[in-house]
Amino acid sequence: MEVAAAAAFAAIGVLAVADSLRGGIAWGMDGPQSGTFPFWIGCLLILSSLATLLRAALTPSRTLFASAAELRSVARILLPAAAFVAAIQAIGLYVPAAALIAWFMVRLGGHGPAVALASGVAAAALIFVAFERWFLVALPKGPIEAVFGY
Amino acid sequence: MDNLAALMAGFAVALSPENLLLMVAGVVLGVIIGVLPGLGGANGVAILLPLTFSMSPVGAIIMLSCIYWGALFGGAITSILFNIPGEPWSVATTFDGYPMAQQGRAAEALTAAFTSSFVGALFAIVMITAIAPLVAEFALRFGPPEFFAVMFLAFASFVGMGRGSALKTVAAMMAGFLLACVGLDTVTGQLRLTFGSTELMRGFDFLVAVIGLFGISEILLSIEEGLSFRGAKARLGLGVVLRTWKELPRHWLISLRSCLIGCWMGVTPAGATPASFMSYGMARRLARDGAAFGTGRIEGVVAPETAAHAAGVSALLPMLTLGVPGSPTAAVLLSGLIMWGLQPGPMLFVEQADFVWGLIASMYLGNIVGLAVVIALVPWFAAILRIPFAIVAALILVACAIGAFTVNNAPFDVVVMLIFGVVGYVLKKLDYPLAPMVLALVLGNRTEQAFRQSLLLSGGSLGVFFGNWLVGPIMATGLVMLFWPLLARLGAAIRARV
Repeated sequence: MEVAAAAAFAAIGVLAVADSLRGGIAWGMDGPQSGTFPFWIGCLLILSSLATLLRAALTPSRTLFASAAELRSVARILLPAAAFVAAIQAIGLYVPAAALIAWFMVRLGGHGPAVALASGVAAAALIFVAFERWFLVALPKGPIEAVFGY
Repeated sequence: MDNLAALMAGFAVALSPENLLLMVAGVVLGVIIGVLPGLGGANGVAILLPLTFSMSPVGAIIMLSCIYWGALFGGAITSILFNIPGEPWSVATTFDGYPMAQQGRAAEALTAAFTSSFVGALFAIVMITAIAPLVAEFALRFGPPEFFAVMFLAFASFVGMGRGSALKTVAAMMAGFLLACVGLDTVTGQLRLTFGSTELMRGFDFLVAVIGLFGISEILLSIEEGLSFRGAKARLGLGVVLRTWKELPRHWLISLRSCLIGCWMGVTPAGATPASFMSYGMARRLARDGAAFGTGRIEGVVAPETAAHAAGVSALLPMLTLGVPGSPTAAVLLSGLIMWGLQPGPMLFVEQADFVWGLIASMYLGNIVGLAVVIALVPWFAAILRIPFAIVAALILVACAIGAFTVNNAPFDVVVMLIFGVVGYVLKKLDYPLAPMVLALVLGNRTEQAFRQSLLLSGGSLGVFFGNWLVGPIMATGLVMLFWPLLARLGAAIRARV
């Protein structure tokens, strides 16, 4: 994992350097061209992450990045969160928020589905009142909100 | 004397009933944020920042800075009662605070923690009141090379003073700078690092990154550690508070030392977390019975709390005077200033004197309010942790998503937030420091601008950064900081040889 992270940083550096070369890294008509700064930053990033990578590759560490059980519990949060974020793009924020709260309560908290669903809807309604009415901040809405006339 | 008059005018601004109400609201929200693992000062303020757009800048900064003070106070509550640091800077408080609570001295530990936080903060605020105008006046003489040098020094101190791998610090910082470059180049109008994507044209918003890096990643880490809250009962009687107050002046030396450590670490952007550890370590090493630390010594609570709060407050000094924030939370406040149409930097003291002195006055008042609120309401705040984590985690996720969306009203930013969250989780596990990355992201554009303007002045020669007596020493100090890990190792090697 250590090696992979360092390699990823180095790859970002390479990308930056490549894009900067396109923008020009020399002295232009009006001073340094726009690629100059990211070019040198990219070079530094490549250098520092390659050094980290070498060190990690040469000294094999025995500490585990995360155990299987740990990864499983992270996934139990991360996957619903990803679904939540994806759903926001499609159908607005309120319905996914209610679903996310209900899902967490059932799967992680061990509550009954009815209680969980009611809490989720109540929380979404509270968020709606707080943001759309009090703070006058419009959050993303989808077809279900449209039914209620928003 | 001018300063005193200005400060009094500031108090007049801060003492309006509306601002006082915002202060109390801010502190209460801040303590809640501080108590909840997964919501910290930086991302808490970032989430609430968009809600302040309609407020006056003074009211907004008062509320947001009070959230910051509240978070600084709140971290201690969970450290002492539950052995769960609500914030990274209160980790050192658990060493002695939790044993004290187990011995039934929770009230004493809490009083000591809150009071020393207050003392540390007060010390830092007095320092800001005294020297901020001087620093700002001095900085008015700065040109682009000097500004670049100051930023260089700030970033170099991360490398020099950070614990852990210097290479990782550099890598995280450079990644932050590159993220700042994404989007439209303001000087030439060229698109950079967008690779043809229209969503990336706007660039990465710093607030969205903070919410992901600090908020989402914290939740992932908390669930991985498997949270279980088994804590001591919290009840603060007036008698215990008074008794502890009577005892505390005995530790004035530790307190003073911790204040100085905190101010130093806060102004140089090392931050509150290392300050609290360093102060705890010093207190233990210099105590006559250092071995007794960790078993419930009150000094072990006083030292880290004082230093953390002093550092947290003094991080605002470079932000106000130079426009270079000393901590991630200060960076969030800085981007708030920009959004409200204020230009951070030395001119702020000249052009927006009302704002600056109102803020400084509100720091005094906010910390007094904070002390009163936490002492009075400790049991309620501790009860928050009895809410099941499943519900808290879901609510925090929703709050983060709303915060990320409202920054630019862009649904795509929520995706970016989640990606930053996963990145932050991995980087934290691998001991990459996140603070330099975040500061590089927020300061990237201004650093680059200062760099380019300097080169324009000099016609492309790097000599401009050593051109006069002002910029040269700053750059030289920065270079020493940058190579400090190497120098220290070299020194150790030489000493070993001899």
